[in-house]
Order: sequence, then structure tokens, then C-alpha cells
Amino acid sequence: MSFDEIYNITLMQGFAGLSLFAVLLLMGLGLAIIFGQMGVINMAHGEFMTIGAYTIFLLSTLTESYAPGLMQAYFPFAIVCAFIVAFIFGWLAEWALIRHLYKRPLDTLLATWGLSLAMQQAFRTLIGPKEVSPTLPDWLMGSWEVTEGLDIPINGMFVLALTLLVTGGVLLALYKSRWGLRVRATVANRAMANATGINTTRTDRVTFAIGCGIAGVAGAAFTTIGSTGPTSGSLYIVDAFLVVTFGGAASLWGTVVSAFGIAQTQSISEFFLSGSMAKVLTLLLIVTILMLRPQGLFASKVRR
Amino acid sequence: MSNTDFVLAVEDLTVSFDGFKAIDGLNLYVDRGELRVVIGPNGAGKTTLLDLICGKTKASAGSIKFKNQEMTRLPEHMIVRAGIGRKFQTPSIYENLSVFKNLEVSYPRGRGVFGALGFKCDKEVKAKVDEIADMIGLADRLELEAGLLSHGQKQWLEIGMLLMQDPELLMLDEPIAGMSARERELTAELLNRICRNRSVIVIEHDMEFVARIAHKVTVMHQGRILAEGPMDKVQADPKVIDVYLGH
Amino acid sequence: MDALKTWLDRSGLASIAILAVLLLVVFPLAMDSFRLNLVGKYLTYGFVAIGLVMLWGYGGVLSLGQGVFFGLGGYAMAMFLKLEASDPQSTAIQSTPGIPDFMDWNQLTALPLWWEPFNSFGFTLSAVVAVPVLLAFVISYAMFKRRVGGVYFAIITQAVALILTVLIIGQQGYTGGVNGMTDLKTLLGWDIRSDEAKTVLYFVTTALLLAAVLLCRWIQLSKLGTLLLAMRDKEDRVRFSGYDVSMFKVFAFCLAAALSAIGGALFTLQVGFMSPTLIGIVPSIEMVIFAAVGGRMSLVGAVYGALLVNFGKTYFSETFPDLWLFLMAALFIGVVMAFPNGLAGLYESHVKPWLARRKGGAAEAGGPPAGTPGEAGQQAAAPIASPGPSASPAAPHSTPAVAADPGLGLGTKVSSQSA
Repeated sequence: MSFDEIYNITLMQGFAGLSLFAVLLLMGLGLAIIFGQMGVINMAHGEFMTIGAYTIFLLSTLTESYAPGLMQAYFPFAIVCAFIVAFIFGWLAEWALIRHLYKRPLDTLLATWGLSLAMQQAFRTLIGPKEVSPTLPDWLMGSWEVTEGLDIPINGMFVLALTLLVTGGVLLALYKSRWGLRVRATVANRAMANATGINTTRTDRVTFAIGCGIAGVAGAAFTTIGSTGPTSGSLYIVDAFLVVTFGGAASLWGTVVSAFGIAQTQSISEFFLSGSMAKVLTLLLIVTILMLRPQGLFASKVRR
Repeated sequence: MSNTDFVLAVEDLTVSFDGFKAIDGLNLYVDRGELRVVIGPNGAGKTTLLDLICGKTKASAGSIKFKNQEMTRLPEHMIVRAGIGRKFQTPSIYENLSVFKNLEVSYPRGRGVFGALGFKCDKEVKAKVDEIADMIGLADRLELEAGLLSHGQKQWLEIGMLLMQDPELLMLDEPIAGMSARERELTAELLNRICRNRSVIVIEHDMEFVARIAHKVTVMHQGRILAEGPMDKVQADPKVIDVYLGH
Repeated sequence: MDALKTWLDRSGLASIAILAVLLLVVFPLAMDSFRLNLVGKYLTYGFVAIGLVMLWGYGGVLSLGQGVFFGLGGYAMAMFLKLEASDPQSTAIQSTPGIPDFMDWNQLTALPLWWEPFNSFGFTLSAVVAVPVLLAFVISYAMFKRRVGGVYFAIITQAVALILTVLIIGQQGYTGGVNGMTDLKTLLGWDIRSDEAKTVLYFVTTALLLAAVLLCRWIQLSKLGTLLLAMRDKEDRVRFSGYDVSMFKVFAFCLAAALSAIGGALFTLQVGFMSPTLIGIVPSIEMVIFAAVGGRMSLVGAVYGALLVNFGKTYFSETFPDLWLFLMAALFIGVVMAFPNGLAGLYESHVKPWLARRKGGAAEAGGPPAGTPGEAGQQAAAPIASPGPSASPAAPHSTPAVAADPGLGLGTKVSSQSA
């Protein structure tokens, strides 16, 4: 293998890793917001991603049978729907379950795991155990040949753009909107935020739902790289947790960097090793680093 | 200074949190058998000072010498074993355990994992528990679950748990907060009795109480020492009056 | 008599004795060897569950990776049995006779070096405990010394479970891959597949489990047990009483790992195989639910929890496979929201008062209430024996109660101090 080939392969694997990066980042972002806001670990987060992916599939099927002419255009609309559907289910889950469990992180871990089991079984019963894939619009297919021997898949680029858009939107909302102000106030001091008239209960519910909505968008991104089954989401949950922990739980910027690092390590090593060993290597690396630096990459020093 | 007779010698102590210096080049010396009270407005760094001495917070610079032994590098449990006891601001006791168990667990024997496995509550331990329980006025409450004690009794229990270890330096963070007048009186008596054979550092706001117990008063402001000396002298210090009444 | 009763109740020996009778007498008499073997298999999960009672219930540290240790113990035992089953005569048809079949299928031509020691039964027995404990020590020492706990620790343990399963599945030639190690036949020449062997192994498992329960109970009643409870409640106070808190947590984690590993090794012996599907993320979390259903503070409860959940799993996943996951989900949510102290908690809060009432009624009718002092002792012991997480929400209200008590009661008490 010449140097050029290795360079191109590394680059291509790097771009292939961008799709993984997108999914991990969107998942991690939702988890981080929810954990930061209410100290809740959402083990069912992967299932909200699955909901998003199923929403895309549903809309693709509907479009195909009722309005085949719109096949080229449905995808962006479907992404918005994925967000909304996951948002609604997140809202319901918060109301029914999560709100009873604030500040009991270990218990939420178990309860939301139960929720995830129930959701998986519901998918299996209602939609079926078989994996499904939406028909993607043609313009998402294929790749862009930059130079000889270097192909960059278009879906990866699209997903990356989508992720950057959502991440930017979340950051903007967090630092510029009323909701963001309420969230930051609640994170800093819940009792005080309550006392100043912030409806923390409502803020919690909206935050949880938004986190789930973002997971829904992650599901949309996921449909471009894999087919969706009842357990698709659960395959990403551990990775998503590691993204959050590795980045430093309180830092959204850390989430971005660690999602990128993890996805790239995984994707690039995948070419040189077998898939499973790449996974082992990546996870081992993260766990080792977390043991040496448990506060994560970007932890703020706060007087405790 | 390398060798001192002081039980505690804090020199050039500094700690900063992301650039904010909570303690800034502080020097403090405490004699054997002395009861020192540290006062100062909110945010002066009093609690942080105790945190630094007992190792809860690590110093950015400076030294803390206890009986001429450097403490800044030691982990918390080693600092305790060296002979420094610390009471927290809010009563920190084991609510689910009985008063007896609270005191028994604090007895300084069987502190390692396997030591704790082999620990036996023998006569010696029982005698010590009885002695301390008597001292803090909880002798007839030994079997009660500690969570059911009144706020003042919880404060005493925590002091008692520290006394079980017979520390040479005892640090108390606002020991009379939330106590009734009668309880304050009794606490003052207790403190005066405690410091007969050990040094005590107390953080307190209540000036009447401070006057009753203090041998010497240290006034802190913005992470530094503003004044030090007997109560009446410190109270007359214009700098101190300025800080307390505003600029 | 009452004193003896109180002592039995306080030490928990009475409930352990009942469990022993059930496992050693009732089950063997009432069940055929197939069912008994099934119970024996469930009991190996009992080891994991009591380990979690010590770690999670007492130590406040939740591990989502107990399957790792269960698996390491199980695999160590399986490696020994596999080597014994792979003697050159019975593997004569392989291209390389004398090595385990899966190695041959994966074109290995010699036994890997790290497999060699597992030819020795003595080495295997020590490896069953030593390897998992060593791993547990490394993980927990690194994490607890740096004050990482709670959710972070849980996630790391989960990641370790994922790593181990992916590794085992990926390294097919060395581990048997996703199928695991199968066709285990004899232990030192003794056929472990026969009905008699299974019955013997059931009794071995039961005896070891009861011994483990007694050991854990002893630890709970020692100062170490008190310290674990104290740490869960007020970690800083324990630390500033001169204890190295991290080492106590490390001990609890290593203990739980050792127990899980012993369970895993016994599982391999009774079931005759070990596979990665038994030890990954999902089974590891299910192990937590055994302890939670039984009661995270109760050793005996955890054993019942392991039995019940596994029985339910076998029954429902065969009869109503769709329903089982919903039921499991309901268990997870239920133990957190409705009965955080599990079966043991329900017993304490419902059955015991009912029994006491009945007894009280009988005593009233029969004459002077002789049982009362003993009962009072039990009542007093109860909050200490089962402080449980349910107690914590109630804690804050003690502060306002203080304000309402201006020291009338105190004054009298304190006067004894000056006297």
C-alpha cells in the first residue's frame, strides 16, 4: 500500500466516520442536556432515536404510496416530523415517569431501562421485528469524487450539515432564548430558580422533550447509514453515554469533541482491524482515559 | 519558618478557583490548648480555610504544618489520623444509626478494611462511648436513632463523634447555628471543657458567644487576615468596624 | 426464649435458616432432577444478587457490569472443562487433535499459551476468583481513588461489559465466539451431565450460597457493614473520621465480583456451557433487578428475587414471549417507583405488622402479653436493619421539627451532663 492510498483510505474512513459522529453527537447532546438539567440518566434515549428512525420510514412509505412525485422532497419534512414525534413521546415519558425520579440518578437508570425494554417490545409488537429502511431520495445517494481514489459519500455530508445545524440551534437556544435562560438558571440553582418564578417543572418537561426530540433527529440521521429495527437504538446507548462522560458531563463543547474523537477512532481503526476489535480498542481507550482523567476532557473547575 | 511550637502553623496559604483567590497568602498560628475563633463577613473564606486544613480542598500554594508535619499533600483520612478533627456547618451524622453506633463508628480503631472486619466493641470502646455521651449530654439517648435527635443534639453528637477520636486540633464550623439560648450556653460550657487538653478552632458569627469562649479572635476578610488578637482589641479595630459596617 | 427470638431476628439467622430448609429439604423433596437443576441454575444468579446487596444496597455503588465477573468466573471454569473434553482421543477427527474444537475450526494449530495453565484444576479454581477480583480491583481502585462514583461508575462498568462481550465474540478462535464454550462433559473424569451429578452440584451450589449469605451477613453486622451504611449516608463524615472511604468501596466491589464469579463457575458446571450472551449489557442489568426485586438491603430477599425473576423469565418467555419484556419493564419501573425495598421491604411493611397484630390478638386473649418486650426489640431493630433509600425523602422534614422544639426536652437531658 502506497502512502497515497493509506492517506486516501484514512480520509475516506474519516468521512465515513462523520455519519457515526453525527449520530453520536446528536444522541450525546440530548443526553447531556437532560443530565445537566435534571440529573436524570435516560437509558431509553436510544429508543427515542428509534422512534425518529421509524418516523422517517413511515413518512417514506406514505410518500411512496400516496405522493410518489414528492419523493425527492419529503426527507427534510420527515426530519422535522421525527423531531416532533420524539418530542411528544419524550413529553409523555417525562410526565408519566421521569418527573418522579429527579435527583435519584441510580434509580432513573433502572426505571428508564425498564422504559426502554417496554418501548423495544412495543416496536416489535406494533411494527414488527424485521429491520426496515426508508427509501431515501436519490440526491442523498452516491458520492462525490474529489480526486482519483477519494470518494466522499453525500449522505455523510448531508448528515453532518444537519448535525451542525441542530447543534448550533441548541447552543443558540440555550444561550439566547428564554427557555435556555430558564434551563441555565435551574442547572445553577434549582431552588433559587423556583423562587424567582421559573416554573422548573415545566422547564424540566420541555428540556426532556427537546432532548428526546434531538434523539429523534439522530434517528433520522441514522436511517442514512443503517436499517432500523426494534433494538437499533440500544446499540448506540453505551457509546452515547461514553460520549457525554468522556466530554465532561457539563460541557457541550466537550460533547462535540468527544463524539468526533470516538467516531473517528472507531471508523479509522475499523479499516485496519476487524470491526469488533476496532470497537474494543475504542472502548478500551475511552475507559482507560476516563480512569486516568475521570472528570472527562472538558470539566469546569467549580468550588464544591 | 521550619520548626515551631505551634500546634498548627499555616503559612502563605493560597487557593484559587478559576482565578478567584478564596484564600490569599494567609498566615495563621494556633497554640496548644488555645481556643481560637475565626470571624468575618460572608465569603471571607472561613469555611474554605477549614476545608484546606482538613484536606477537603487542596491548596494552590503555601504550607499547613500540624505539629511540624506538613499536611497539604496528605489525603483527608491521613490528616484525620494525624489528629485533626472537623465538624461541618450542617450537622453531619449518620441519621439511620443509633447514637451509640454513631459514636462507636468514630472510635479510632479498626480503620482499615480488614481492621473494620475484625473490630470488636469491647469494654474499652463502651467506656469511651459512655464517657463522651455523658459529656455531650446524650447518655440517656444512646439507643435512639440519631435522625430523631433535635437539631442542637445533632450538633453535639457530631462534636462527640470527633471527641471519640481524641483529636489534638478540633475545628468547628458554626457549632451553635440553629440552637436555642439554653443550648448555646451549654455548648459554650462544653467547648470550654473540651479545650483543656487540645486546641480548638471555631468559626462563629454570634459575637456574644464568641466573647464567651474565645481566647483569641482572628478576623478574615476577602481571603486574608484583617486583624488578630483578644476580642475587645479586635472589636475596637477601625479596619474591622469598617468591614462589618460597609465601606 | 424471647431473647433468643430477638437475637435470631436481629442477626437475620432465622430467615437464613428458613431459606436453608427451603433449599436443602423442601425443593429436593418436591422436585425432579430436571427442575432441581433449573433451580440450581437460578441460584447461581443468587450469588450475583447478594453481591449486589453488599455493593449497591449497603455500599451505595451501582454496578451495571456484574455479568463481567459472572462471565470471567464461568469462562475460567469452562476453559478447564473444555480442555478436559478435548483430549486427543475424542478430538481425533480434528485437523489438530487435542485442542478445543472451536480452535480447530478457526485454523488454530496449537493451544494458545494463556490457555495452558487451565489444564490444572487448582489453577482454575484460584483463577475463578482471582482474575475477576483483580479486574474489579483495578477498575474500582482507579475510579474510587479519584472519587468517581454513582452514575459514572455505573456507565463505566457497563462499558466494560460491552468490551468483554465484543472481545469474546470477536476472538472466536480463542474464546468460542458467540456460541460460547459448549460440549463440556466431565469434571476430573466425573460426568457432570448425569442426573446424579446435577443433584450433587445443586447441593454444592446451595451450600456455597448459604455460606456466602452467612459471610455477607457477618460483614454486614461488623463495623465494616456499619461503615458502608454510614458512607452511603454521609460519605464526607466517614472520610473525616479517618477512614479511607475509597478502599471500603473497593472492598465491596471486589467482594461482589468474587461472589459473581463463583456463581458464574457454578453456572458453567450445572448448565454445561458458558456464552457471551449470558454476560453482556442486558444480562448484567437484569442481575441488578434480581437484587432489586428481592430487596436491595436484604441478602435472603436477593436470593428469593433471583429465584422468582428467573422462574418468571423461564415461564413467561416460553409461554408468552411478547409479554415477558413488558413484565420485565414493569418490574424495573415498579421496584424504583412503588416498592424500592423489594420483597423484603414488603415483608417488613405489610406481613410483619400483620403477624404482630395476630400474635398481639392471641396474647390478649390468652393472658398477659408476654411477647411484647421481644416485639418492642424487633421494632427498635427494624429501622437500623433496613434504613433503605425510602427513608431519605423523609429526612429533610426533621429540620423544621427542630425549630418547633425549643429545647424543653433538651434542657432536662443536658442537666444530666452538668450533674
